[in-house]
Amino acid sequence: MTSLRAGEIARLQTLIAGEVTGPAGTAGWLSGLCRTLATHLPASGAAISLMTQQGSSAMAAASDKAYQGVEELQFTLGEGPCMDAFATGRPVLVPDVAGDAAGRWPAYCSDARGRGVRAVFAFPLQIGSARLGAMDVFRDQVGPLSSAEVARALLFAEVATMTLLDGQEHARDGQPAGLGEPLDTSLEVYQAQGMVMVALGVSLVEALARIRAYAYANDRRLGSVARDIVNCTLSLERDEP
Amino acid sequence: MSALSAERVSEVFVELADTLVDEFDLIEFLQMVTSRASELVGSTAAGLLLADAEGRLQFMAASDEQSSLLELFQVQSHEGPCQDCFREGTAVTNADLREAGDRWPLFAPRAVAAGFRSVHAFPLRLRKEVIGALNLFGTEAGRIDSEEARVVQAMADVATIGLLQERAVRRGEVLSEQLQGALSSRIVIEQAKGAIAQAHDLTVDQAFQLLRSYSRNHNQRLIAVANEVLTDPSTVRKIIPR
Repeated sequence: MTSLRAGEIARLQTLIAGEVTGPAGTAGWLSGLCRTLATHLPASGAAISLMTQQGSSAMAAASDKAYQGVEELQFTLGEGPCMDAFATGRPVLVPDVAGDAAGRWPAYCSDARGRGVRAVFAFPLQIGSARLGAMDVFRDQVGPLSSAEVARALLFAEVATMTLLDGQEHARDGQPAGLGEPLDTSLEVYQAQGMVMVALGVSLVEALARIRAYAYANDRRLGSVARDIVNCTLSLERDEP
Repeated sequence: MSALSAERVSEVFVELADTLVDEFDLIEFLQMVTSRASELVGSTAAGLLLADAEGRLQFMAASDEQSSLLELFQVQSHEGPCQDCFREGTAVTNADLREAGDRWPLFAPRAVAAGFRSVHAFPLRLRKEVIGALNLFGTEAGRIDSEEARVVQAMADVATIGLLQERAVRRGEVLSEQLQGALSSRIVIEQAKGAIAQAHDLTVDQAFQLLRSYSRNHNQRLIAVANEVLTDPSTVRKIIPR
């Protein structure tokens, strides 16, 4: 079951790699991801924004120039589904920007409609309390995503999260972005993440990046490294890796 | 003959209903469901699993968060009574773990090694969909009768209501948004367990006890304390072991 899922993620990564144009850094990879996402869901465009809990935000990638403009709208206006997805840590699915949503984000909905957007689906890029940003899927037609489509979007969000997590490490060792192992969902990984955060005095995001980098450098499975950290038989050094 | 006390059953349902008001803590609520279900039918431990968007069962809450027990819930994302219950949409009751090695080669030996003898699983149903399962373990091969099974199923139904209720005030919410939020809060709790364990040199099991008693004593939601510890790690020191 786990390997099936790993296979599905590897398949997405191959599709994305085919859409990457220009340098294969994190930004190039995420743009490729947005283009792949837009063609593999009933969507007309997609975008990814990075955000911090302190309130700073920046657009990281979009499927094309037009959706770059759409994505920037919410930062200009200070409202939108993407910001809410980030703030609440859960998906915000808006099948019709002229419906109830218009009351929730009046300026955003009106401007987005003016640019041809009819539906927006926003997914947080996060691992628990470690929040990196959000991913938006846009449609030029009204209508919901099916639960299978939501599941696929969440898988794309996971690949985007992995890419952002490993970005710095990969930049250091010259590897192409976005080809890391899938996120492991065992509870020990999350526990180890909290432990490393305190032990090394780093952020929660950085803690997971360190654990993943350690596992990669030592050719070990993430879950087994996490178990050793939780059982206190392994502690990461401050200058690791 | 059922050992159920009618008085206790009604007390429990009143208590659960009372919790479903205002901003309740979903993890604490689900934990209460597991504890009370376990207590009512004389089980040793109970847990609750929810399916994520891809249909994988993920651990959400338990009457007892010992790591050995958590492992038994986690393995059920592959196989076990909850997996069967989730796939078929019907309860699995009175399974004898010592006879279940063929049915669940991964799960059954681990459950026996953890000291359990019997297991039950009840579906969390929402209309035609099954969104998770409530799992009960016993150390003896005692059976639960049909009346007890009805009560536990009703508690599984209350758990489903709780899940939908948490943010029902927001308009246009759909199930997948709600479930993702719930699953994410479980991750936050695990991360906080790790942070507290590291800061105070405790096991993760002890760290959870500490997190729980701190949030109760300070009348704060478990998830709020967990998030605070993780976004501002300097606050982890204020959660002092007694």
